[in-house]
Amino acid sequence: MAEMQTAPPGAGAGRRLLTWVDNRFPLSKLFNEHMAHYYAPKNFNIWYVFGSLALLVLVNQILTGIFLTMHYKPDAAKAFESVEYIMRDVPWGWLVRYMHSTGASAFFIVVYLHMWRGLIYGSYRKPRELVWLFGCAIFLSLMAEAFMGYLLPWGQMSYWGAQVIVNLFSAVPFIGPDLSLLIRGDYVVGDATLNRFFSFHVIAVPLVLLGLVVAHIIALHEVGSNNPDGVEVKEKKDANGNPLDSIPFHPYYTVHDIYAVSVFLFIFSAVLFFAPEGGGYFLEFNNFIEANPLKTPPHIAPVWYFTPYYSMLRATTDLMVNVLAIILALAAVLAILRGGFRAAGKIAIAVAALVAVFLLKTFDAKFWGVVVMGGAVLILFFLPWLDRSPVKSIRYRPGWHRIVYGVFLAFFLALGYLGSQPPSPAGNYVSQLGTLVYFGFFLLMPWWSRMGIFKPVPDRVTFASHASDLSGVHR
Amino acid sequence: MMKTLVLRLLVVLGLALPVVPATASEGGYPWDPFPAAKMTDMAALQNGARIFTNYCLGCHSATYMRYNRLHDIGLSDEQIKKNLLFATDKVGDTMRAAIDPRQAKDWFGTAPPDLSVIARSRAEIGRGSGADYLYTLWRTFYRDDAKPTGWNNLVFPDIAMPHALWQLQGERRARFVEVKDPHDAARTMHRFAGFEQITKGTLDQQQYDEAIGDLVAYLQWMGEPAQGTRVRVGVGVLVFLGLIVLFTWRLSSAYWRTVH
Repeated sequence: MAEMQTAPPGAGAGRRLLTWVDNRFPLSKLFNEHMAHYYAPKNFNIWYVFGSLALLVLVNQILTGIFLTMHYKPDAAKAFESVEYIMRDVPWGWLVRYMHSTGASAFFIVVYLHMWRGLIYGSYRKPRELVWLFGCAIFLSLMAEAFMGYLLPWGQMSYWGAQVIVNLFSAVPFIGPDLSLLIRGDYVVGDATLNRFFSFHVIAVPLVLLGLVVAHIIALHEVGSNNPDGVEVKEKKDANGNPLDSIPFHPYYTVHDIYAVSVFLFIFSAVLFFAPEGGGYFLEFNNFIEANPLKTPPHIAPVWYFTPYYSMLRATTDLMVNVLAIILALAAVLAILRGGFRAAGKIAIAVAALVAVFLLKTFDAKFWGVVVMGGAVLILFFLPWLDRSPVKSIRYRPGWHRIVYGVFLAFFLALGYLGSQPPSPAGNYVSQLGTLVYFGFFLLMPWWSRMGIFKPVPDRVTFASHASDLSGVHR
Repeated sequence: MMKTLVLRLLVVLGLALPVVPATASEGGYPWDPFPAAKMTDMAALQNGARIFTNYCLGCHSATYMRYNRLHDIGLSDEQIKKNLLFATDKVGDTMRAAIDPRQAKDWFGTAPPDLSVIARSRAEIGRGSGADYLYTLWRTFYRDDAKPTGWNNLVFPDIAMPHALWQLQGERRARFVEVKDPHDAARTMHRFAGFEQITKGTLDQQQYDEAIGDLVAYLQWMGEPAQGTRVRVGVGVLVFLGLIVLFTWRLSSAYWRTVH
């Protein structure tokens, strides 16, 4: 226990109160460790604002969610009506509801951008593996949170989207039918489903999410932020032991982030007040029709943030399973011939490949679609160990690596677009190619990430002082 | 004056934003653009409310819409009671149709849908807003003796609802011509080639289009009665945030000027 401190004589009431608190709770200590004496690299660019923005949106979702929960009825007979009640009769209810619905999309926008930043600057590399893992877990929880929240308005898309996704679980071999029954609590999506999704959406998942966010930030503050150069700023310190290329988070990045927050709020409000439906992507038009279990809509599309993964699910047809089986077999042959394994290892690989191909052909393609969809998210967890590049940041990678990242991004966006469209043969081929590119990007990373001529990484970060910059715009 | 102009522009923008310019003609009859300027025209909205209660509310409810919300489009309790309410309703009630849904289902084959949020639900990405859809729907009814009700519609083929406003528009017949399918020479397609008036209605075509514009404006408003407030508040919020952005930008650069 620390010694009791006393405020200097003649100190003001505020100072005396702070001393009183600090003697009982590490308030100043926490503030200093995480803000005032927390050093962050000074060369952050615009990509570094999305973490703070994600935190802002999280707070927005929680606060608006609390008020929505006061008026919403998790009852299949009343849910749709209660949402319209919020939109019409609850004072400012429309604002709260739009903040929540627009916030859901905004959350995914900032989180996707945040993840992309991590990807291009190698923010997941040693020693930040756990920061990345907690982040991936946050992404997974966020998806669960959004999926269950989307059922609550009880519109046609809520209902049929949930129906389609929960039905996927019934494709799991052996336990599938029981598993989907357990999730729904009924044989079709119904009142029981709505109640349990409500419970998960308002308390279970948010608790997990908040815990993970705290872990994400604690882990980050333990190792310190990466930066666009991928240089470890802690390696060069001044006489006081502070990193030379870093500055205290507070006040420099607090003012920086407050600026980013106000720009974000401006854009967010423009959508919220003038296009809250987001062109039919944030609030789907069909969802203004109350759920009707007897009337399947002609085209069921998930909300935009799930569409890349939904595309991969749809892409996994019998043809795709055959392609995967062939790729797997070729990979096994290559490993046996060129892998330099001993005889036992070669046999093990051959047996494993045979079993895998056998399973691929035994179970329904729909099940493998679920595996592909889930695998597309889970593979992110392995990124720190898949990347073998000698440098972190894309700035010092060979030029053609940028093309690899560009192709990966282009296909990810194409998958997203195709997932929002009704299925078409041409679209399906593109989705299949996109799925292969997506998985190829990650699974082949141990090889391609090492290839090419890397540029020398500087000792210090590249930073242009803003002192002579009269306009003040530097990002 | 200026304020109304800005407001109108924004409403038009708000209505137009969800709409990607109509692509090709695939998927049926193209939708006509709804005259969005009516959204800020109180007289048009009030006339739309009158048409709605006189012609639609007999069969269609608007269960989430309270009569007294019509205050927002400039109607007083007295006016609502005198002109729009059924005898037994109160101004705080929601708009409920007198028809028994079960009987309606027997008569039309389907229960008439609730119209509270109809304008929001009928938008389609790439085709137009829900208001465009409704505006076109109500101007493309035609006589079709092959249908049980004697009516058909270009936007909603085989629609179960008869033309409830036929007295206003009069009866029309649709002319179709047979054309070769460009993708398949062996097939012919029906192509719509215009309407022919059979009997006159109480309104001429221009008056009828105006009346439909009013009705659709009302339906669009009823889909989200707060939309006017939303846009007005939004303008204030953006002006405020714009100033905040300027301030925080200067604040941030003031701190960063000393970082070398």
